[in-house]
Amino acid sequence: MAFWNERIETMPREELEKLQLSLLKAKVREMYDKSPFFHDRMREAGVLPEDIDSFEAFRKVPFMRKSDLRDNYPDKLFTVPYDDITRIHVSSGTTGRPTVVGYTQKDLDNWTESLARGMTSFGMTKKDMLQNFHGYGLFTGGLGVHYGAERIGATVLPISTGNTERQIQLMQDLPVTAWAGTPSYMFHIADVCDKIGVDIRRDTKVKLAIAGGEPWSESMRRKLQDRTGVRVHNCYGASEMSGPMFLECSEQQGIHVWADLAYVEILDENDEPCAEGEKGQIVVTMLQKEAFPLIRYRMGDISSITWEKCACGRTHPRLSRISGRTDDMLVVRGVNVFPSQIESVIGELPFLSPFYHITLENANYMDAMTVRVELNEEYLTEDMNKLAEMSKTLSARLKSVLNIKADVRLELPGTLERFEGKANHVTDNRSYE
Amino acid sequence: MDESKIITQLSIFVNNEPGRLANVCKIIKSVGIRVRAFNLAESAEFGILRAIVENPDDSFEKLREKGIIIRKTDIIAIAVTDAADSFFEAADVLGNAGVNIEYGYFYTGVSDSVLFVRVDDTEKAVDILEKAGIRLLDDAEI
Repeated sequence: MAFWNERIETMPREELEKLQLSLLKAKVREMYDKSPFFHDRMREAGVLPEDIDSFEAFRKVPFMRKSDLRDNYPDKLFTVPYDDITRIHVSSGTTGRPTVVGYTQKDLDNWTESLARGMTSFGMTKKDMLQNFHGYGLFTGGLGVHYGAERIGATVLPISTGNTERQIQLMQDLPVTAWAGTPSYMFHIADVCDKIGVDIRRDTKVKLAIAGGEPWSESMRRKLQDRTGVRVHNCYGASEMSGPMFLECSEQQGIHVWADLAYVEILDENDEPCAEGEKGQIVVTMLQKEAFPLIRYRMGDISSITWEKCACGRTHPRLSRISGRTDDMLVVRGVNVFPSQIESVIGELPFLSPFYHITLENANYMDAMTVRVELNEEYLTEDMNKLAEMSKTLSARLKSVLNIKADVRLELPGTLERFEGKANHVTDNRSYE
Repeated sequence: MDESKIITQLSIFVNNEPGRLANVCKIIKSVGIRVRAFNLAESAEFGILRAIVENPDDSFEKLREKGIIIRKTDIIAIAVTDAADSFFEAADVLGNAGVNIEYGYFYTGVSDSVLFVRVDDTEKAVDILEKAGIRLLDDAEI
């Protein structure tokens, strides 16, 4: 199988680690000099750039958290002026404040390079035509995958999300061979194909796919492959890292994390390193990111990593499938949702009480989110129009803050369960089996 | 305006779940409230039991103490001779005066049949209906 960048992709581990350490040192030094945020953090922790002479010593560098992104909204973590920033993406944050990510041209090039390597690693070439289901715009999925595919010379159909019947029509009319999107959307495509009598194997040329952006399981992958005849490759990334970033090769044995672009630590509850193959929280340092650097950033995802050489010949570490979260972030139809965002919307609306509950279901692997909120007793009315109006207002506010639609149910005061200690605001009934 | 022509309706809010309504009815019975007429309505979210009871103020307190979510609502009681005619007559008078009917329900009372109507301006409705010669009932007559 071909490589995109064979020299780097097959570099022996020793050399890769040497490269990583030198990039780490340089990045810490650069950040210390250029980022007031990082400078202060290092000073507070009593660490100087010259102390960082090993991976072990690097662990003295303080963590970055999602709350740091929120507190430095919108651009206080940027380390280059806007003159040098080529693009901005914006994703949802924890409490109504979104995360703004800037990219220099080099950041965009590295992101694209990372995906070009990944796409090549599962057999995509310039002969392929990729139908990109990911949303275009501020969301990173659409443009990220788009440029990656263009880089390897593939043809891109930038159709974006939605209008499933048109999607299915075009994948039959055009020689589409590959998909990119969320696994749940691919299940939805398969469902609609069944309903309108389209056989993906017979009526299309689709053979490969990149799926990610939401939690899914190995058994979901097998089902999706069996149903569609398409080989589906897992993906890992986040807007903070650039976007969808790392992909699985044709072996489907974990996601290749390019060691020249990212340094990944897997840590236990005490922030001590886990052994290879052992599950822990993912902490990422982006080694070459310029506009919006990421140093020891707690991704909030749980996974394990192995350096065992892959059968494909690539030497870079492989990340296993994400098995959970360390925080309360929910991924709903590929969109990150924090209960705190919903809470802040509820707090804005005087007719609602602070009591709410979120329920998630995924019949046919399509996520559905229901938000139940108790009415503020003073606003309780038997006027149906007013009730419908309140429900509509809440629905519209949630849509604008979360970027996805939630079903809304107003409840009578005193209806929802009360908690003595930490409130449990979420019931996740989704199954990934 | 004749205040006695404003009738107090109890609006009881009930969750749309099996058994909830039965539970509320049980409580109404247990505290000794006598219901003369009632009507059930439901929104997308929950049901509303609208009841005309004896001693509405006293009944209101009793039910509230039992933890029932309840509101008092002003309505008017129109004496009815023929259901369709009486309703048309009242609706016509109210409509011409720019008063909106929000809902209404029918009750074949002890002496008179009654149309209970909730409007957006109760005082105005009482005045114009009485001026138009339509008979309104007070609490004692229901």
